[in-house]
Amino acid sequence: MPVVSEQLDNFFNEKMKEYPTRRSFLVPMLLYTQDELGYLSPDAISYLAQKTGLPEIEIRNVISYYSMLTMKPRGKFNVQVCTNISCMLRGGEEIFQHCKQQLGIGHKQTTADKVFTLEEVECIGACSWAPAMQVNYDFHENLTPAKVDKILESYEKKAAQ
Amino acid sequence: MPDVTITVDGKKLTAPGGTLLIEACKRVGIEVPAFCYYPGLSLQAACRMCLVEIEKMPKLQTACTVPITDGMVVTTESEKVKQARKSMLELVLGNHPLDCPVCDAGGECELQDMTFKYGAADSRYMEGKLHKDEQQWSPVVFFDRPRCILCYRCVRVCGEGMDVWALGVQGRGVSSVIAPNQEDHLECEECGMCIDICPVGALTSGAYRYKTRPWEMKHVGTICTHCGDGCKTTLGVRRHDTGMQIVRGDNRDKSGINGDFLCIKGRYAFDFTDHRARITQPLVRKDGHLRPASWEEALEVVAHEFRDVRESKGGAAIGVIGSTRTTNEENYLLQKFARLVLQTNNIDHHRTADFPALAAALKGKDGATAGMRDVFSAPAMLLIGNDPTDQHPLLAWQIRSNVRLHKARLYLANTQPIKLRRQAAVFAHIADGGYAALLKFLAGDDSATATLLRDGTPRETLIALRDKIKAEPDLIIMFGAEIKGADVQALAAFAASLPKARLIALADYANSRGASDMGLYPDLLPGYTASADHFAREWDAQLPAQPGMSLAQMTKAAADGRLKAMYVVGSNPVARFDFDPFVLTKPFLVVQDMFLTNTAAIADVVLPVACAYEKSGTFTNSAGDLQQVQKAGDLAGVKPDFEIIVRIAERMGFDVRKLVPFGREGVRADMGQSRGAQSGEADRHYVWLKAQNLEPKMSPLDPQALFDEIQRVVPGYQISRAALFSGTEVRTHALTAGNGGTSAGTDLIRSSNDTLFTSGTLGRYSHALNSVMENRRRAPAGAAAD
Repeated sequence: MPVVSEQLDNFFNEKMKEYPTRRSFLVPMLLYTQDELGYLSPDAISYLAQKTGLPEIEIRNVISYYSMLTMKPRGKFNVQVCTNISCMLRGGEEIFQHCKQQLGIGHKQTTADKVFTLEEVECIGACSWAPAMQVNYDFHENLTPAKVDKILESYEKKAAQ
Repeated sequence: MPDVTITVDGKKLTAPGGTLLIEACKRVGIEVPAFCYYPGLSLQAACRMCLVEIEKMPKLQTACTVPITDGMVVTTESEKVKQARKSMLELVLGNHPLDCPVCDAGGECELQDMTFKYGAADSRYMEGKLHKDEQQWSPVVFFDRPRCILCYRCVRVCGEGMDVWALGVQGRGVSSVIAPNQEDHLECEECGMCIDICPVGALTSGAYRYKTRPWEMKHVGTICTHCGDGCKTTLGVRRHDTGMQIVRGDNRDKSGINGDFLCIKGRYAFDFTDHRARITQPLVRKDGHLRPASWEEALEVVAHEFRDVRESKGGAAIGVIGSTRTTNEENYLLQKFARLVLQTNNIDHHRTADFPALAAALKGKDGATAGMRDVFSAPAMLLIGNDPTDQHPLLAWQIRSNVRLHKARLYLANTQPIKLRRQAAVFAHIADGGYAALLKFLAGDDSATATLLRDGTPRETLIALRDKIKAEPDLIIMFGAEIKGADVQALAAFAASLPKARLIALADYANSRGASDMGLYPDLLPGYTASADHFAREWDAQLPAQPGMSLAQMTKAAADGRLKAMYVVGSNPVARFDFDPFVLTKPFLVVQDMFLTNTAAIADVVLPVACAYEKSGTFTNSAGDLQQVQKAGDLAGVKPDFEIIVRIAERMGFDVRKLVPFGREGVRADMGQSRGAQSGEADRHYVWLKAQNLEPKMSPLDPQALFDEIQRVVPGYQISRAALFSGTEVRTHALTAGNGGTSAGTDLIRSSNDTLFTSGTLGRYSHALNSVMENRRRAPAGAAAD
């Protein structure tokens, strides 16, 4: 029995037909699975190995290559702060330090209540609005420490709902 | 593609267009260095060592990925190229420790050689080197991460070559790392291919690491003593208190039929040779106990008893069981000894394939058999029964490589879902015991599908299988012990109905085929000869008239008390055939073996023998490829079976010259011609030697003296000595050129059912094989390797 929802499993079966080989659908499947489960569990890896006909180690190789894929559970919101050149020049480092202080966690760590995970990341393609950060799939731009506080607060509220 | 001409370092060379530049360079003796490139594996272009200058191309190009085109002008050793390689080495050495003197690969390391050549020992990098502690991944595989240069050869050979996919690359960029499939350990076929192919000291062998240095060993290429495939293994030997010790097995010269391949047995399971339980002194039973004795004493007891029984009860009261792991010369000698000296036809061996039935079916059909090399190049293959991945690892490798590299078509019919189904164009999963029905179906009897079909296999699969096979213009058919007797005939008849089909019968042991070709049968002389006339004339002797007993009949006769003496050479019938061992205590029992096996333990005399790695001779593999066995190890106290048999014959008062033709004065016999050099009484053997430009051998203990005779009198063994002694395999044709006699006792054919990690008696005394199995029992896991 699929580790993912029946709906997603059906979606995979349908979408698979559009790819030349089963393995070429692997990365999208990993992303969808991670979005649903929060991370790529050993069960999810075996499930995808079966789905693609690849050995499990091959799935793990791919996961380990991409930093946006993880085999460890994350918090509900993944706060990714960019500290690459443009952001760094406009205070990205300070934003990251501020997040660390506010959340009480460091790079790739998760808060005790499992709401936030913090990550220092490379360029997220928002240089024109630096400094920027990405929370799950949402972008937040032209950040200041005060703005960050508000953003984190809004997510905290969301988590409490 | 048509040939093109290119210029490399001023030399013109012509090769088919599309050839990789690195391979084209090799043809004119120019070696372009490379770590990641490996012939037969997918291209990687990861190491950037093979950079060369090509005119009209602005940047340096990787010779391992550039296909040659007409008029290309290449420079492989310019200042620019040298500088580029030096810089690449500087990067490779960024995290690599510079401690060659303590590294296991020191002296045979490609990185060390390159660094010497391009001189990149000093580095501009100030950062500390990343370090990780060494890991043990399995009993035979160790991984030292900092030494890894990420060439991915191991990953590719394991996945593409072995179809095991147990190794992967995790992480990215400079922090990439080779990882095993089970987090911290490997679950695989333990073949050790990853270790052999590693250009540096990152992957090392549990059996060999830190024991010695490559230059301290002598390297002897010989034939593996385990399964029936006949891989060449190169044994590294060094001096030891008791003789020459075998320290490692590998595949360094790649000149054998196995090319790059060796399985766990060829690579690690030589270690039975110095097992503590090895017998190094003859044992003679006194007051009910086996006691150490001198060779003189033991041989005297054996010769005396054998002569006594022969004289008082006749040769028919003596039984002989031969070996599937002794050389052709020893097998030929043993049956000759049985027939001439003991005067009995009671001789048999552990049969694992029905070669006589195949010989009967293929008699006179030149080219109806295939060799092990042919399996790599045939456009299509049909495998019926057997599981080569477990029982014939080289054959499985040949099949996989042929499918992968030549797009050959593999057709499978098996009662089990064997692993090779993954390479199969058509896999017919048939019902248990359905092989006879399958052959009927192939022959055109559609009603046979009723007993043949298994749930889940549609009838169309079988129809497709038959149609496609019949359309194949050139097919190799391989079959296991499941097919015997009348089924072999049926299969041969089907093969004959195809445009071109060549057959291979799969037998289990290193010289099973040799034992069969050399006539270890009660009713067959060498070359599948049923009639005694030919050999009576060749040997100038009267052969025993009484029909011989098979192994089963002999044990029955022993139980009845009709068999008074038994001579068991390199075989353990008590373990193999389930009968009450007590029956063998009745006759006078002589056992020649390396270990105190179940059979040896109840013997009256035990004679300790040299194993296949400690003597020379020849082996014939399942497919009929004849190869030279070279002496590598040496152990004080033991003797080769050949010498023991000759010495027993001598002590029994037999003229040894009649057994082994040596010296200038040989056997005089009527040459059967009325005039010319061969008229009247002459020494047939000596005349033959002269005609072949061969010197008479000067010692009765020289197996080559007997090989002369084998080549002269055994049909199908007329081979080129030059080719044999140059270390390659030569094809023999005893099945097609032989006399096609059949042997009763098809029911005695039984597969040893050895797996990748067992090998009969030898396997029980191999530390490497036992530790792998022990490890599996401790950590049982899923079927990841499949």
